[in-house]
This record gives sequence, C-alpha cells and structure tokens, in this order.
Amino acid sequence: MADAVSFPPRAGAPKERWLHRNRRAIAPWMFLAPGVLFFLVYVIFPIFQSFEISLYKWDGLGEARYIGLRNYEKLFSDRAFETSLWNNLKWLVLYLLAVPAGLFIAIFLNQTVTGIRLYKSLFFFPFVISQVVVGLVFTWFYDPTFGLLNTIIGWFGAGPLNVLGDPAFVTYGIIAAGLWPQTAYCMILYLTGLNAVDPEQVEAGRLDGARGWRMLWHVILPQLRPATFIAFVVTIIGALRSFDLISIMTDGGPFGSSRVLSFYMFEKALSEYGFRMGYGAAIAVVLFLIMLGFIAYFLWSMYRDERGA
Amino acid sequence: MRFMLPAAALAAAAIASVPASAGLSGNLKIFLDTSNPAPRATMEAMIARFGAQHPDLDIETTIIDREAYKTQIRNFLTADPPDVATWYAANRMRPYVSAGLFEDLSDLWEEPEIAENLASTKGAMTIDGKQWGVPYTYYQWGVYYREDIFNELGLEEPATWEEEKANCAKIVASGRACYTIGTKYLWTAGGWFDYLNLRTNGYDFHMALTQGEVEWTDDRVRAVFAKWRELIDMGAFIANHQTYSWQEALPFIVNGEATAYLMGNFSVAPMREAGLTDDKLDFYQFVEITPGIAKAEDAPTDTFHIPANARNKDAARAFLRYVVSAENQTIINNGENLGQLPVNAQAAIDDDEFLRQGFEMLSRNSPGGVAQFFDRDAPAELAKVAMEGFQEFMVFPDHLDDILERLESARQDIY
Repeated sequence: MADAVSFPPRAGAPKERWLHRNRRAIAPWMFLAPGVLFFLVYVIFPIFQSFEISLYKWDGLGEARYIGLRNYEKLFSDRAFETSLWNNLKWLVLYLLAVPAGLFIAIFLNQTVTGIRLYKSLFFFPFVISQVVVGLVFTWFYDPTFGLLNTIIGWFGAGPLNVLGDPAFVTYGIIAAGLWPQTAYCMILYLTGLNAVDPEQVEAGRLDGARGWRMLWHVILPQLRPATFIAFVVTIIGALRSFDLISIMTDGGPFGSSRVLSFYMFEKALSEYGFRMGYGAAIAVVLFLIMLGFIAYFLWSMYRDERGA
Repeated sequence: MRFMLPAAALAAAAIASVPASAGLSGNLKIFLDTSNPAPRATMEAMIARFGAQHPDLDIETTIIDREAYKTQIRNFLTADPPDVATWYAANRMRPYVSAGLFEDLSDLWEEPEIAENLASTKGAMTIDGKQWGVPYTYYQWGVYYREDIFNELGLEEPATWEEEKANCAKIVASGRACYTIGTKYLWTAGGWFDYLNLRTNGYDFHMALTQGEVEWTDDRVRAVFAKWRELIDMGAFIANHQTYSWQEALPFIVNGEATAYLMGNFSVAPMREAGLTDDKLDFYQFVEITPGIAKAEDAPTDTFHIPANARNKDAARAFLRYVVSAENQTIINNGENLGQLPVNAQAAIDDDEFLRQGFEMLSRNSPGGVAQFFDRDAPAELAKVAMEGFQEFMVFPDHLDDILERLESARQDIY
C-alpha cells in the first residue's frame, strides 16, 4: 500500500531529474527559442522560398510555371537591371562618405562649451526625422522652378538645374539626401566612441610630440576601431536597403534611371504594374547574394576580433 | 478605416418609405477603394440607402486607401474575399478574371434593365465574351484650357491639328507653355499617347497595339511620335515635367504659365478650388489629326465586382442592380457627389458645364469607340515599360529608336 502511494511521483522523477541536471544547457536554448523560431519563419525560410519562386514564371495569382534559370538569363540582358546594379554601386561607394563626415563632426563637437548638448542634438536631428520627410524636404530643395538650390546657384549665374529630372544627376541627388541623416548616425556612433578614448594615452602622445593629423591617425583612430566598424556596417547595409528616399523623391524615375535593386524588385513583383513574382524574386536573390558577401565579411572579421581578444 | 453601418442604415430606414423587397438577409461585405473624402461620403450614403431597402441585411463596409487597394486586392481576393469589391474595367481586371477570382456576371447583363441602359460600357466589362462586373461611374478626358488667356490672345477652340499648332505657336510667342503636364508617375504621358494614336490611327489600331498585335517599330506608331515631336520641338510642354505629379503640374495652369491641360474630368475640382471659375476655364475635345478617322475618346470606367468566392452572392447581385439603377446613378454622379458621368442611359446628367460637354462629346461625338486608358487597355507590365518610354521621349525625343526597340522587345516577352 505504501509502495503504491509513493509510486506516481517516482514515475516522473527520472524525467524531472534529467531536466534538472541539464538545465544549464537547456535554459539558453529556451530563451533563444522564440527568437530563433521567428528568425527561421520570417528570415531563413523566405530566403529559400525566394530561391524557389525565382525559378518560376508566376503572376502571384494563377498557376506557377517552372522555367528553370530563365529569369536569371533575362536579368543579364535587362538594361533596367543593369542601371539598378550600377546605382547600387554608386550608393555603396558614396554613402560611405557618411563615415568620415560623421567622424569629422563628432571630433568638432567633442568639446566642452556652453550649450554643447544642444548643438549635438541639432546635428543629430536629421537622423530622428523620418526618411519620408527627408525625401520631401530635399525634393522641394531641388525643385527646378521654386526650389532653394536653383535660387542659390542662380546667385553665381549658374543653373537652372533639374537634379531629380536629369538621369545624369538624379542618383547623386538622392544619395546627397540620404547622406544627411546617415552622417548624423555615424556622428553619434563616434561621439560615444570618443567618450571612451583613454585620456592618458592622449597625454602620453602629446608628451611624445604628436599633434594634429598624427595624433588623430595614430592615437585616436585606433581607439575608435569598434565605432568605425559599426559605422561601416550600418552604412553599407543602409546603402543596400535604400528604398524610401527613391520611392518618395523620384519613384525610380526619370524613366527608371534612379532605381536600385530593392526598388526594382518591388516594382516588378509588388507594385501597381508588377505581376512578375518570379522575376522579382530573381532580383531579390541577386541582392541577397551581394548582401551575403558583405555580411559574411563582417561576421568573419567580428569572429576574428573576438578570437584575438 | 473599418466601420459598421447599422446605425446609419436604421436612420435611413426610418425616413425612407421604400418597402423591403425580396427579403435579403445575412451579411454583405463591401470593400471600397474610394478613399478620397467626396467619393467616400458618396459611397457611404449610397450604401445606407441600399441598406434602408433591405433592413434584414447586415452590411459591413471597409474603405481602403486607393493606392494601397491596388496591391491589397490580390491578397483579399484569394484569402478572405468580400461580397463586393471595386476595381477598374478592361484589361485591368484581366489578371483576376483569368485567375478565376471574379464571378461571371453575364446573367445580370442579360436582364433588360441593365442590357438596355448600360450598353455603352458593356464592351469595357467584357472579357472572353462574358461580363465580369458592372460600372458605377466614368469620366471624360479632354483639353481643359484657360478661356480668359485664349480670349486675351484672340484664340478660338481648335478643331484640327493645324489649328491646334497655330494656337500653340501664338501661346508660346506670348511667353507661356501650351500644356502643363506632370509625368513623374508616368500615366499622364499615357493620356497624350492615347489621344495622338486614337486621332492618327484610329480606335481599332489603338486597341490592336495595346493588345500586342502590332509591332511598336511599325511606321504607324512612328507617325504618332512624329506628331508628338512637333509639339515638343515647339516648346509646347512645360519644362521639367518629369519631376512633377499631376497635382504639382496644376499651379502652372492656375497661374497662367501654361494654358491647357490634357486631363480627366477629376482635375476640374482642384482647378475650381484654386480659383479658376467657369469663365476662366473651358473644355474642348482633342482635335482631329488624320481627317476622316472616327473620333474615339478615353473614358476610364470604375467598376464593382463580385469575387468568385463571395459568400452572399444574391445580396451582392441585388447591390450591383441598385448601384447601376437610374435613380442611384443620378444621385451619385451629380456635382455634389462624384461629379462624373452616370453609366445608366436613363439617369440625368448634373447641370455642370464640364459634365454636360463631356456627356455630349461621349454620346454624340465619339463614333470611333471609347477606350479606357493606356494603363487599363494594355497589360500592366507593358503599360509600365511603355509609359516610361513616353516620358523619356518627352525629355529626349532623339532617343525614339532606342525606346521603340525596347518596347518591341517587351511586347515579344509579355504577350
């Protein structure tokens, strides 16, 4: 009788003990599980799905027809795709100007005068406002008839210039608009970094006679390496993600000359005139591969740094 | 954006003495894209009137932003369809028709009430010999011009291409542009192409071209661009139009920097609001180009459809019958509501200068036929590429050969 009573709890005991024994190993996975699950469902799975859809001709509604790599073949002879690819490259290179510009402003603002907090906030302001607003402000600034830009260059006898209506200038015009908030972002990263710069090392450098550029290059910048790394990562990803500004400022125009890959993909697959899911997915795959190159490099260098540390 | 109407329906029921007919019951789910304030109020009032006639019917209306609707329709038609949804006529509905997502409404069109009074729009609602929806409003396109500036320069409404150009030469000489246009979102250039092509080559050719049966490198297509180029070379269009939307192009005509606007009738409301009274603004039909070709017009039609997977199709059909009825058409299209043209031949046209002229033009002076609009007649994909080409042509007319070759290769891909 006594045995029978004490039996049920015993039955659960081995299992409980297993959980108990391994809780240190299991706990992190339990905490990670929701994140991992969502990451799998919303990031990893769609990546493979994109690969799959890119092999079909599909209008998003009817029957999908398997066409192998034909979408990719078409990409190579598609001039709009070529333009988008070049524009992506321009974005990548020129957007990086935000990093040195942010550093410059951060060093400039890293001093103690009355009201410096206010100045810092003012410089940070463009990053706080929405990209849509930035786009609108710059569209009005560039407006060929009423815009401020043409008034200003008019004083020097130049212009009128229709920045957003000229295929030769349009991408640069949009990148300039994008640099405004991105510079502010890099600035804030560097300002935080500058707080952590060791004053003793600066003092030591000064005793050894370093000043100006030499001080910056050999003493300050090495200590800012983590900030520089993050600034590069967010800027490169930001350049590849550029979409909102293009959509607001030009809608990809004039005649498609300011499109980038992400915008072109949206247009082909999801916009009012797009019904080519397969083709859009193929563009997405190309964009993914480009991003993968950068992301792999960043992960690798982070891993290397951690091992070195 | 979601709301229920029973309260409004009850209130209307108290006033209306119309007996409840047919005993419709259950739910009726209506999705609308009429998100602008005036059309929205019009639609809500119309649904309330319908609800009053069918007190047992529980109507649920959802109004979705007009632009967002264009992408959402794909999702809700497949996933959780309403009983009634708005959309556009002609090729714009083809993807949903061929995917089997719209209900075949040929039976409605056989009812004498509809067959007799809606004949003029039947073609636009027909794909593969069947009708897939009903229209609820349409509007004319044409040239809206500054009557006062025309008077000042001593110009008359032109009727032929030569007169049009002669007028334009005088306007340009007075330091103005002849036409305002904003091509940032491309479709406005499609309007110019439609009219130049309809007048140069006629309705049948235009339809053959938008259906992909004619090569874009054809000499007849080149003739259209040659006419267009005559205007471009004169400096007829405002500069930098590629940077403006159609609304942003309005100040040019309002301020008198340009004298005319080739547009749909919906542009009258903002121009009136900006201060162009009826003695300053007038309308004429796009001029003749090739003598002897029957004139055809663009008159885009907005429509109601029943999704194939709708649950309450009887109530949905009753609702569509009510929408197109002469009485309702008179109300929703009057100047206080949509300010457009009724689709029912028995309905009365509101006493408005532009609606009267538009109705006159479409019923008496458009023997060639009625087109929908470039991006509704041509498949979406081709429309995009083509309108991009039109915009490029308006900025760089010398790129024409390249543009036409690009269009031709797109045509071979798409059809």
